[in-house]
Amino acid sequence: MSERTNILARIREGLSVPAPVPGTHELHGNEHATAPAPIVPGMVMKWLPPVGATFGDQVALFAKNSFELKTDFQIFDSLGELQGALKTLAQVEGWQRIGTHRGTLNDAICPALGLPMMLTDESYATPDLEKCDAGISECESLIAQTGSVLVTTRSSGGRALSVLPPHHVVLVRREQLLPDLPSGFAALKQKYTGNFPSFMSLITGPSRTGDIERILVLGAHGPKKLTIFCV
Amino acid sequence: MNLNVLQFKSDSERLTHNLDHRERIQSALKKYYVARDDKKARFQDWQAARQAAAETKWEAVNHLDKYLVEFADKIEARGAKVHWASTAEQAREIILGIVKEKNARRIIKSKVMTGEEIHLNAALEAAGYDVVESDLGEYIVQLRHEAPYHFVFPAMHLSRGEISDLFEKELGSAKTDSPEELTMIARRVMRDQYLAADIGISGANFAVAETGMISITENEGNARLTCALPKVHIALMGIEKVLPKFEDLALFLPMLGTAGAGQAVTCYNSMYAGPRQPGETDGPEEMHIVLLDNKRTHLLADIEQRDALHCIRCGACLNVCPIYKNVGGHTYGTTYQGPIGSVITPHLRGIQEWKHLSSASTLCGACTEACPVKINLHHHLLHNRRNAIAQKPVWWEQTLFHLSSILFNHPALWRLAAWGGRIGQLFHPLIQGTILDPARAWTKTRDLPPVADQTFKEYWRSRQK
Repeated sequence: MSERTNILARIREGLSVPAPVPGTHELHGNEHATAPAPIVPGMVMKWLPPVGATFGDQVALFAKNSFELKTDFQIFDSLGELQGALKTLAQVEGWQRIGTHRGTLNDAICPALGLPMMLTDESYATPDLEKCDAGISECESLIAQTGSVLVTTRSSGGRALSVLPPHHVVLVRREQLLPDLPSGFAALKQKYTGNFPSFMSLITGPSRTGDIERILVLGAHGPKKLTIFCV
Repeated sequence: MNLNVLQFKSDSERLTHNLDHRERIQSALKKYYVARDDKKARFQDWQAARQAAAETKWEAVNHLDKYLVEFADKIEARGAKVHWASTAEQAREIILGIVKEKNARRIIKSKVMTGEEIHLNAALEAAGYDVVESDLGEYIVQLRHEAPYHFVFPAMHLSRGEISDLFEKELGSAKTDSPEELTMIARRVMRDQYLAADIGISGANFAVAETGMISITENEGNARLTCALPKVHIALMGIEKVLPKFEDLALFLPMLGTAGAGQAVTCYNSMYAGPRQPGETDGPEEMHIVLLDNKRTHLLADIEQRDALHCIRCGACLNVCPIYKNVGGHTYGTTYQGPIGSVITPHLRGIQEWKHLSSASTLCGACTEACPVKINLHHHLLHNRRNAIAQKPVWWEQTLFHLSSILFNHPALWRLAAWGGRIGQLFHPLIQGTILDPARAWTKTRDLPPVADQTFKEYWRSRQK
């Protein structure tokens, strides 16, 4: 406890003199500004990259971002179509075993693949999940502005399901598409205020690195592929 | 001259003459510029976003006591344990203490710049523990027993050939010139490490006071695995990382991704609010947060330079710095390289030992222009120069300035000097670049521009006639 007291005392001593206006680059004057006006959440949306007004615009933007990020994004008209596409994907890639979790979409789709399933809803062995060919999860929302999937421990089968298997498949309903980051954060806050999941993550494309000569390589440590099936 | 200066001078001299090195850095940076410009252009108002980010950090840093306590209390309420460390030594002891208590053997670490700052790996290794860096770039420099070259791209200075040779020697892998294959070699090594590690150590890019969370930004997924699989998660972070509100992340994550790597947002931006909660099926049983001061409060007490604590470690200032591009990251000899490193290192490690970094700048202002939180970097370098001299004047500089002031104040002397200069330059080629040359520092690699035939005053007079 004592270092806490020491550090806070040093901070308070340091802050006894106010600092000049932030970001004005006029440090040679001696003016001490009052604190800047607080930033209203809605203002941020006017500075960040634009998002179309209609749902169609937002889907188009999400698709464009997904393409640039090398995410496979497809939107289907019915659960049946989605299921067919997932079955094809499983066959093409030769999946032997999948990791997934309980959820309305997952329950409607995954068992029909007829593959051995490992559920992460109860305690599980990490090496078993590591051996799965794909991790199929639901999510909180999709963010059109950045092409991101927002996952949490509670909506998406824990911390590891969306990062450990080599292929992450997201099943999502179209009403989960949100326009921008501020709405994504607002939605989390509204849903979980007072009791957030211990882990929340914005996933923007498959795992990547540019550490070697700044050349893009997918699947550095996490999934090499990200597929988003929307219905 | 102290050792830091000698090392800086000799390394920068050697590297500026290394054309391969320069070529590699410039071609890496070219890719960054293209991507960054594209993503910046997508913002509706980048300048307004910068100003807002600067103001948000101002609010956080200028009320640091309030937000830090709020953060610590909130995340402790969620089951994390918060430790406070005034010094690097205390931080190392806290972490070693946790590792010992858990009887841990193997430690996996995602990139932690504060870990570099306190020499954490060396301390853990000296105590007999295995520490593996999981970030690909960090892993490569760890195998080479080097410090990171750049705090965002740690292995930017190496070619794929050098990395292939390194992997062949250290891991026994076959030679390859494919960055993809090299990455997959590291991926396979790391998979075993994640599954076997007892403890995962991470840093934090932001700490949210309102909700008691840390936010970690990365591209590879190594931090996600580090914070998901081991039983214990330790996060080491500087006290200045706090943001007031949860929704502030909606602004800072895209600013960091765009300025840092030329991405709209990076691949993974994860928020951690404590260890595994009731009803969750995986994640660590324990989470420890180590809050590190290590002289940050010293910088906080300087109102003129307090805004250097706004830094979000995006590396944008390095990427545009003409000095960094030529001398490279290791030359600085600091944890944080480039302009921001030159600004904060004298505060963190002693102004007299590190004042030479303030001169490693063209003062062109490119860093200030690039900074997403509007830190006035190049002016801070001038402030550091002034503070160093005010604290400990240099006699020969004082004498030179005194003599110049006499010269400038006496027109007759000035005319004499101008005449002398014109005569003197006729003989200059005889001694150019030799030890006798007063301008040797410049002339050993360059020509001295000729003194004009006329002084400005003479020119002005001739125009008046």
